[in-house]
Amino acid sequence: MDKSVILDTLTDVFRKVLDDPAITLTPETTAEDVENWDSLNHVFIVVEVEQRFGIKFQAAEMEELKNVGELVDLIERRLAKS
Amino acid sequence: MLSRASRPATPPQLHWLPPVACWSERLRALGEADEAAWAELVALANAGLEAVETLSLDRKLTRLFGKAPPPQLSTRSVRLALLASSTVDHLKPAIRVGALRHGLWLDIHTPPYGQISAALLDKNSELHRYKPDCVLFALDARHVLSGIDASGTREYAAAALDGVLEDIKRNWRLVQDAFGCRVIQQTLMPVFPALAGNNEHRLPASAAWLTEEINQRLRAMADAEQVDLVALDTRVTQDGLAAWHDPALWFRAKQEVHPMAAPVYGELIGRLLAARQGRSAKCLVLDLDNTLWGGVIGDDGLDGIVLGQGSARGEAYVAFQRYVRDLSRRGVILAVCSKNDEANALEPFDKHPDMVLKRADIACFVANWSDKPSNLREIAARLNIGIDALVFADDNPFERDIVRRELPMVAVPELPEDPALYTNCIADAGYFEAAAITAEDFERAGQYRANAEREGLRASATDLEGHLRSLDMELRWARFDQLGLQRIVQLINKTNQFNLTTRRYSEAEAVAVMKNPRALSLQLRLIDRFGDNGVIGIVIGEFAPGNSDMVIDTWLMSCRVLGRQVEQATLNLVAAEAARLGARRLVGQFRPTPKNGMVREHYPNLGFQKLDETEEGITRWALDLGGFKPANVIMNIVQAESVAA
Repeated sequence: MDKSVILDTLTDVFRKVLDDPAITLTPETTAEDVENWDSLNHVFIVVEVEQRFGIKFQAAEMEELKNVGELVDLIERRLAKS
Repeated sequence: MLSRASRPATPPQLHWLPPVACWSERLRALGEADEAAWAELVALANAGLEAVETLSLDRKLTRLFGKAPPPQLSTRSVRLALLASSTVDHLKPAIRVGALRHGLWLDIHTPPYGQISAALLDKNSELHRYKPDCVLFALDARHVLSGIDASGTREYAAAALDGVLEDIKRNWRLVQDAFGCRVIQQTLMPVFPALAGNNEHRLPASAAWLTEEINQRLRAMADAEQVDLVALDTRVTQDGLAAWHDPALWFRAKQEVHPMAAPVYGELIGRLLAARQGRSAKCLVLDLDNTLWGGVIGDDGLDGIVLGQGSARGEAYVAFQRYVRDLSRRGVILAVCSKNDEANALEPFDKHPDMVLKRADIACFVANWSDKPSNLREIAARLNIGIDALVFADDNPFERDIVRRELPMVAVPELPEDPALYTNCIADAGYFEAAAITAEDFERAGQYRANAEREGLRASATDLEGHLRSLDMELRWARFDQLGLQRIVQLINKTNQFNLTTRRYSEAEAVAVMKNPRALSLQLRLIDRFGDNGVIGIVIGEFAPGNSDMVIDTWLMSCRVLGRQVEQATLNLVAAEAARLGARRLVGQFRPTPKNGMVREHYPNLGFQKLDETEEGITRWALDLGGFKPANVIMNIVQAESVAA
């Protein structure tokens, strides 16, 4: 899957979970940049991402991500294993 | 190819709930925190929501009703303390939505992480100041069984088991002593992997085996301590652990219940809370063609419908009928609502060899060509139950849709296409969730049948007095006693129509009335020629401070016994009891609700004088006991040792 398609899908997930159709994501976006991206919503973003892409994150992977770009890379790597 | 293990599992679904058109738009349109908004939120909760939608719904719910419930809520709001040993913040939105689905307003308090004991023991803790109405213990299996040595002996395992259960029981009692409120215990999730295999039980100290033993012993312990269980173990076993739990998520965030499973988790709790308030459905209304048998009786005839006879589809319908029949045997009322000529509709009940349900199992049989919503209203009226106590099962999506639109308060399961799956749909939906099952539940089907016979008789009787005489009625009464308590509390909490004040009592409060020698308490049972109507009336009264007025705080009756002079006979008893206790005057109150309009004139009809009326329509009435003459009633009134069966 193309990185831009992954980013589009991620944007849709964020918009649904955070109830905000105006959210835009770039590879540099971090949690501070997005209103309401708190720990509770983060939990649901992660599991919704898993469902949408049909992947599962390993225990430690999520902790090291610094921004949306790294999440896109991680998803791309997961999908490549299929 | 991605291995199975690295793909996320399909989460458990609220599969019996339908999709709702324009769901997001309807949610977004809500702005004012009024009764209409609450009704709309309840309607939106009754859709097949997934995790993210549940979150959105909770956000709006909290924004509009986070601080206080809507005005004039007919259900009791619940302050729930959630005591968990792992992370549960992600479950709170789903629990609130689960309660909302059943019309309940819920506030949740969780103590800081890992501080259950501290919160319970410290009388100054936030938990104590919160004063919960209900406490839910959500202990995760790994904490409960930490430190167990899998190589331990049978004796070691038994001691460990007893220790765990003692701790659990101690916590229950702490809650009951501190708050006098209901306790709910979640059973343990079977998270542990097997060490021995098929015969894991032969390794007595295996955590996997101990989990099962704890869960089994919890059932008996819960009965002994009057605690309710949320059967998470049963649900998880049915859906599969992977649908409810991800070890990776546990290690990341200490979340045992997966966020994707939250909607079903919240629903399990919501329906249990609703059941305890008497809000479970009471009647299953069944369509006939393609619902109870395959095919259309009017077209295919007795020989053409598909029922039993060794065919897969036929056996599926038989199995469904068996489940429905078993529901009725434990107290669920059955009705039929079918578009058919009545004679055709009745034929399989009387003549088909594989028909499990008989005509006598159906308390109300409606087969005609009118629209189903009208028929459903008629059924509720004839059975004297609220229309919101009905569940309507119909294979036809078109009919389901009409009923959902016209009668949003009727539950309409989204039956799957394959009749082999009907039973699981109804069972999973939990419409008839039962917190307690009494002897009266087992007798209910028979009572409704007998009532139908009585009604038939009344219709043909031209002389009311003669009719009443022919019933040979006996009214048995007693003050509140231990034996009758469960039924008393059940009635107090579920009677909505013939209920003057709709005051709800917890079991502890009912016990307090029972033990108070200056309180007036009556439980009434009516027996007649056709059978036993069961406990049909409750009256509670207490002296007003400073004078000799006996204030009637609760007067409720079953609608089944209206028009038979039971109200007058009850007043005779209330007056006698009040006088015995030294009262000079009876004072009654009527508090209007959306459901009890039928008793607005109850007190004036019995000869009370009006005292006053508030702006909200609450009226007070008084009857001077000095001048009271007991009415002549056509029934035997008998004081019983105990009114319980």
